[in-house]
Amino acid sequence: MRKVSRLSRFNVASLALGLAFLYLPILILVIYSFNASRLVTVWGGWSLRWYYEFFDDRAMIEASWMSLRVAVASATIATLIGTLAAVALSRGERFRGRTLFSGMLYAPLVMPEVITGLSLLLLFVALNAERGFWTVTIAHTTLTMCFVAVVVQSRLGSLDRSLEEAAMDLGCAPARAFLSVTLPLIAPAIVAGWMLAFTLSLDDLVIASFTTGPGSATLPIRIYSEVRLGVKPEINAICTLVIALIAVVIVLASLASKLSSSRGESAAPL
Amino acid sequence: MARSAGDAHPAAGEPLLRIESVAKAFGTFRAVDGVSLDIKAGEFFALLGPSGCGKTTLLRMLAGFESPDEGRILLGGKDIAPALPHERPINMMFQNYALFPHLSVRDNIAFGLRRANMARADIATRVAEMVALVKLEGLEKRKPDQLSGGQRQRVALARALARRPQLLLLDEPLAALDKKLRESTQGELMELQRRLGMTFIIVTHDQEEAMTMASRIGVMKSGKLAQVGAPRELYEAPRSRWIAEFVGDINLFDAESRLRDGHRLVIGTRDAGTLVVAEPRQPLGEVKFSVAIRPEKVKLSRRGPVGEAGHEAAINRLDGVIADICYLGGTTTYRVKLDTGGMLQASVINSARLDVDAYSVDQHVVAWFTPDDCVVLPS
Repeated sequence: MRKVSRLSRFNVASLALGLAFLYLPILILVIYSFNASRLVTVWGGWSLRWYYEFFDDRAMIEASWMSLRVAVASATIATLIGTLAAVALSRGERFRGRTLFSGMLYAPLVMPEVITGLSLLLLFVALNAERGFWTVTIAHTTLTMCFVAVVVQSRLGSLDRSLEEAAMDLGCAPARAFLSVTLPLIAPAIVAGWMLAFTLSLDDLVIASFTTGPGSATLPIRIYSEVRLGVKPEINAICTLVIALIAVVIVLASLASKLSSSRGESAAPL
Repeated sequence: MARSAGDAHPAAGEPLLRIESVAKAFGTFRAVDGVSLDIKAGEFFALLGPSGCGKTTLLRMLAGFESPDEGRILLGGKDIAPALPHERPINMMFQNYALFPHLSVRDNIAFGLRRANMARADIATRVAEMVALVKLEGLEKRKPDQLSGGQRQRVALARALARRPQLLLLDEPLAALDKKLRESTQGELMELQRRLGMTFIIVTHDQEEAMTMASRIGVMKSGKLAQVGAPRELYEAPRSRWIAEFVGDINLFDAESRLRDGHRLVIGTRDAGTLVVAEPRQPLGEVKFSVAIRPEKVKLSRRGPVGEAGHEAAINRLDGVIADICYLGGTTTYRVKLDTGGMLQASVINSARLDVDAYSVDQHVVAWFTPDDCVVLPS
């Protein structure tokens, strides 16, 4: 590897510009969430007023609760299905069309959300399903399970296959070998996948707005409809809370995957 | 006994393991091609061959990770084909050790015992016994990534031995160790095998390793067993030119003509003139063949053989000059450019500390060897 040289002035400038472009708007949003003034763009001193306002706003609280429930449910189902798909694709016998299946698994990653949302809406309408919590949950599961599968599959791919063979050699039936050796080793990747699915579901607007029904708006939908009537400082407070939640989850997820890869190093041959 | 299934005891005189014309193909590539082999209980057997010769595939078929396309594998007279890996009284030590990274040394060793539903107290006793056997005392609580390469190797060995298998398979067990450690571990493995009276099958590509440790060696080449025999047999009586070259160094001279003279053959070669060799046990037929002589069987002197060795024994005398010298400490290998055109390697033991006996480059020497030291090999 190239020796790390000191950053040139140009590098520093472009780095600062890039970071500013990404994080300055968020920073402003966070600061203005503590604004005492009723006007979004006028600074009126520090205050927690809009946070109190949010906790008194029944509709917002309900939407947040809905979003959390959908995120937990869809992330859990997606983790289950995604992990199974990853195991089947990287550990199962070679079957016809395996490459096609792997490819199809990645399709939702690149599919425009509008198309995913619209097609799911058509499906739910055709099935005459009542739109609400479960339809959003199912829609989010289809979106996020492929992310989980990708994360878990890459972990499985880097795992030494002879570990499972050693377990079988030492008296484990194949299923037992998977449970007592492979599963503990891919657990961090599964946790990371769950958290990824959770955050994806939490901040999705497009698919949720296609697949939800009246009376069961998720938080992003609620915020979006509020903003259309003009930005209230309360929105800033809500967004700050969401950012904080997502930041915590992402840090946990990256810690989990770091743990996963450091275990992988010790599993690798000398 | 820890085993629930597949407990097999061979009748007296019968081999522990019998491999009957086993074959395995991957696609159109025949990895193992009709191998038959008997292994007796208590043997230390080595499967030796270059990479891709099928030795690891054969080992994996014994462990149960691959199933043979043809042939049978009998353990103690019973066909083990239907038994899955976890049902066989066979354990394997993997090339990269395959230690469970999330388990401590103790739990790695106890892993197989727990699966065998052994009582808690018995497991503790057996683990302690194994830890003592491979000298890992004090490291029981460490995780594999906190161990050195040699220590990991010991854990893998202890884990494979813990279930007291009837047959222990070792897949290149020493390949990851450095030379010094490898040599001491070779000795320890042999000592262990003798003490436990267990049957070991080791797979290796290192002929020195196989010769050092094994009581019998099977040399494999492109899926077939080329020769099976004791180390000495392989080295001194190789069955083909390929084996002679694979096991140790050897000088080879293509034969151009031959004449019978009693129990001797007088063979004309292009590179080394006329050589007299002992007649091989099997008649040669009409095939092309070469005369082979190991470098350490070639003697060098400044003026030719002296004393009683001067006449009868040293019929083969070749004049030449030293072309280059390779000093290896214990021995020195000289490459002699023969006057007849060929090259001859001679390996000389450095029995004196001072170099009064050493030769120098471009020095004229006489190389000589007896007819009995030569082997005739079909090429």
